[in-house]
Amino acid sequence: MATRAAYGQTLVELGKERDDFVVLDADLAAATQTGKFKKEFPERFYDCGIAEQNMMSIAAGIAATGKKVFASSFAMFAAGRAFEQVRNSIGYPHLNVIIGATHAGISVGEDGATHQCCEDIALMRTIPGMTVINPADETEAKLAVRAAIECDGPVYMRFGRLAVPVIFGDDYKFEIGKGVQLKDGSDVTIVATGLMVNEALIAADILKDEGINARVINIATIKPLDKGIILKAAKETGAIVTAEEHSVIGGLGSAVCETLCEEYPVPVLKVGVYDTFGHSGPAKALLDEFGLRGVNIAEKAKKAIALKK
Amino acid sequence: MEKSRKTELEKIATDVRIGVIESTNAAKSGHPGGSLSCADILTYLYFEQMNIDPKNPKMENRDRFVLSKGHCAPALYSVLALRGFFDKSELLNLRHIGSFLQGHPDMKHIPGVDMSTGSLGQGISAACGMALSAKHFKNDFKVYTVLGDGEIEEGQVWEAAMFAGNKGLSNLTAIVDFNNLQIDGTIDDVNSAKPIDKKFEAFGWHVITIDGNDFDSIENAFKEAEKVDKPVAIIAKTVKGKGVSFMENQVSWHGSAPDDEQTKQAVAELEAYKASLK
Repeated sequence: MATRAAYGQTLVELGKERDDFVVLDADLAAATQTGKFKKEFPERFYDCGIAEQNMMSIAAGIAATGKKVFASSFAMFAAGRAFEQVRNSIGYPHLNVIIGATHAGISVGEDGATHQCCEDIALMRTIPGMTVINPADETEAKLAVRAAIECDGPVYMRFGRLAVPVIFGDDYKFEIGKGVQLKDGSDVTIVATGLMVNEALIAADILKDEGINARVINIATIKPLDKGIILKAAKETGAIVTAEEHSVIGGLGSAVCETLCEEYPVPVLKVGVYDTFGHSGPAKALLDEFGLRGVNIAEKAKKAIALKK
Repeated sequence: MEKSRKTELEKIATDVRIGVIESTNAAKSGHPGGSLSCADILTYLYFEQMNIDPKNPKMENRDRFVLSKGHCAPALYSVLALRGFFDKSELLNLRHIGSFLQGHPDMKHIPGVDMSTGSLGQGISAACGMALSAKHFKNDFKVYTVLGDGEIEEGQVWEAAMFAGNKGLSNLTAIVDFNNLQIDGTIDDVNSAKPIDKKFEAFGWHVITIDGNDFDSIENAFKEAEKVDKPVAIIAKTVKGKGVSFMENQVSWHGSAPDDEQTKQAVAELEAYKASLK
């Protein structure tokens, strides 16, 4: 299941449990999956039309009256087009708006570069007080949506279009701001987010076959970053590879580097989109082409180990 | 409006203007021109129209006000101080380090400020969100917002106008402070949004055009607005720099503060006007 589908399902569940929130969209309800909520609760759903900037400030106004609100569009338009509204109307007054941004990253596929947002984590991370969450699978996505509605202050949630494998079981505990170690290891640590978490696990298997023992950490909350788990990994394994379906400028890799260079410098190599636009094609082929696979992570892991002092 | 009440409001509005002059002088910056043009509208809203309680600024069912043209914060702060939301002496700390009176309205720290604004075009959208919230959650508060005539060049304003019309936000009143001047010159020279009335009408709003520096005219507009089952746009023709002879209709006073000498003269003029009101 795609994480966007989990988002839509959880909105419906929340809608059955509580009536203190509304859902906004900007004419993409079918794609963002808020359409599921619209179908179930038409009177609690408001379509703002193709006007994302207005939608974000509308959401701010609703939140300013003490109510909860989800605002959804594609990542490109939620974080990109409406950046300044998110910063000034939502971020500056620290309002309880949950931005459900779908179709993030290169795996949007055929729509091509205009819709493949690889900059949203970087943009949202710069806003003081903004929580940024990028779930890895449907289990985590569902729990993250539930955590977000309880969160104090704005939350940016990043969801994908592409169906991704289930990683976490029913007993998984999600906490905003907490990284999760999925596999222990001593030679190198792979810190991954979103759909790259599954690729990180594949990379660990590849490395294992070559006698390399890689630790794997899932970082769903990119801000606030779980510095403790990153620092511990740096100290214990001495080398880090980050993996994200996002530009290597400003995303998870940058966040990890910001922490480590100030507190415990070790080699950090990044897997991500290298300062280039995407293009049209099937999502999975694009992930291959842009080097967003387990095999690419494994290669970088070996280079990171070689850089250890 | 009763003559005595009108005179009383005119005196308050003059005190608001004095607050604008003194606070921008103390800040050595700020936006006196547009603050002076909308002073009467803000005075009417806070002293006649809105259901608010200065002792309980977060009162749940209070009417909401959003200063979409957030740079005219000196007028809003002056009105809030005179209405009792905080002490008048605070006005002299405007824009100073450590003061809660930020250059643009800050809802987190200023008693009586319902929305943080300053980036033009966003306030009317936030006001739409508040009005939508009131309707959805069955609260009967009203929402008011003041926009600049230059501000409405922002495309977001018309996204909001479309939204309010489509969603039937009859609990929303937007007032356009139509003083004809913006930073770079007259609105016609820059990029006029005229005809303003026709544009709002086309988006399904009820439009009332008034003299925005006359309390009878202002009152009639708000009374009419209450009877309408649509969002209401009040196009308030005003004079930028109103009340200070050397500031009236001068674009140079959009964003520059009076020095000490100019402040003395402006306050003297305003005090003399106030004394003449009977």
